Amino acid sequence: MSAELQVPEVSLASVTKSYGGGPPILQQIDLTIAKGEFVSLIGPSGCGKSTLLKLISGLTSITSGTILVDGMTPVDARETVSYIFQDATLLPWRTVTSNVGLGLELERVSREVRNQKVQSLLELVGLTHVARAYPRQLSGGMKMRVSVARALATKPRLLLMDEPFGALDEMTRDRLNEELLRLKAEQNWTAVFVTHSVAEAVFLSTRILVLAPSPGRVAREISIDLPSPRTSDTREMPQFESFVTEVSRALRGVQHA
Amino acid sequence: MTKNLITLLNALAVFAVLLLLWQGLCLVLHLPPYMLPRPLTVGHAVIARFPSLVASLAITTEEAAGGLIASIVAGLLISLVFAQSRWIRRMFYPYTILLQTVPIVAIAPLILMWVGPGLLSVTLVAFIICLAPIIANTTQGLISVEPNLIHLFLMHNASRLQILTRLRLPHAVPSLFVGIRIAAGISVIGAITGELFAGSTRVGEGGLGYSILYASAQLQTDYLFALVLAATVLGFAFFFLVMFLEWYFLHNWHESARATSDE
Repeated sequence: MSAELQVPEVSLASVTKSYGGGPPILQQIDLTIAKGEFVSLIGPSGCGKSTLLKLISGLTSITSGTILVDGMTPVDARETVSYIFQDATLLPWRTVTSNVGLGLELERVSREVRNQKVQSLLELVGLTHVARAYPRQLSGGMKMRVSVARALATKPRLLLMDEPFGALDEMTRDRLNEELLRLKAEQNWTAVFVTHSVAEAVFLSTRILVLAPSPGRVAREISIDLPSPRTSDTREMPQFESFVTEVSRALRGVQHA
Repeated sequence: MTKNLITLLNALAVFAVLLLLWQGLCLVLHLPPYMLPRPLTVGHAVIARFPSLVASLAITTEEAAGGLIASIVAGLLISLVFAQSRWIRRMFYPYTILLQTVPIVAIAPLILMWVGPGLLSVTLVAFIICLAPIIANTTQGLISVEPNLIHLFLMHNASRLQILTRLRLPHAVPSLFVGIRIAAGISVIGAITGELFAGSTRVGEGGLGYSILYASAQLQTDYLFALVLAATVLGFAFFFLVMFLEWYFLHNWHESARATSDE
């Protein structure tokens, strides 16, 4: 009920994006994401899912239409938005601690406050033992964890994630997915998540948008009402399987179209 | 660090073998000492004229180091300007290439004519020859930052200055060192080239280049070899000093400081 009255976290109205007069990458996207939702974007390569994320972050400008993030333009809303990239994008010359504190440092938070926040975040994501390590000393999963901690350090209301766990092995990915949901339950941000993995999307999301290519558009919308909290047991539930089947079918549909 | 040590030992082993071959060749072919002195004769020359050798070496070291340090400071500043916009690079970058392609032996006499012979003009020759590799490598390092890292900074509303100091500059440090490594070797060449034209840069004595000219005119081939040896040692010393600094600053995080491969 009250969710209807709130300003949506993200809203897109007839958003179109094309590069330099070429054919549209995304066409007429209408989309509303309520606060606290976990929305995954899935679709074949070239359907513009990463572009959609870049538009919501304001890193790329739209060709036509409107995007509002918490009622503001994407660029104005950046203070409350964090972006997690496909690769961990850590600064190799900084230690883990210093990497996690980067956002706070750029926002000119004092060293004392910063150290405190970073310390508690490292505890939260289980990185205390590598606080002084450099990125090259970490495994892929650890690096991604640092990246997540860095994104959460600035207390975002909206988290944009572009295939953050795509390069990891399945076991590491599953574990990080569980941790991500635990963090979300504690901090209650909204998430827009791009992935190629159907199982990952089903496990994480409250809603999945299946995108179709040329031009990129939302082909199907599937609400995932699996019970929460979701744990590793969730993956063994029959409903989980049927959601995976449903999303996979939808995905096959748009690929053949 | 042990890797560097092994590299050094390998190089020294090759050097020892070359010395032996050289000595053997002189003995077998009965070459007159003014054509090719034996290594032992060169050794004698080093010991006999050690004070003047060291004096020459000190002068050249001062000029080469001065030119190198000045080129690092100036090169870094110029690169920072170059990194600001593509237009600036398009307008001024060709002149950097010019700097690299104009033969230094042709410019050296001009500089001496303009600035007057002495320490300053020779340092200037070394500076000019060092500048291009520093600018080329540092600029590349400053502008080749991964787009997503820039995006990350933008998402935190980073200012242009923050992106420069916290992202571009540290990212460019390994490339800067590649430039310094090249420049360190040629700074000695620059200084010696300058000295060939400069004559004595201090009353009654000159750097290695000056002494090389003098020794060859006097057919003091053994001392000439000693001077060449000193120049080589100087080049090596510079190179290893830079390698050590590179290791010191980068070994925590950068691959090139641990292996020779570069990203």
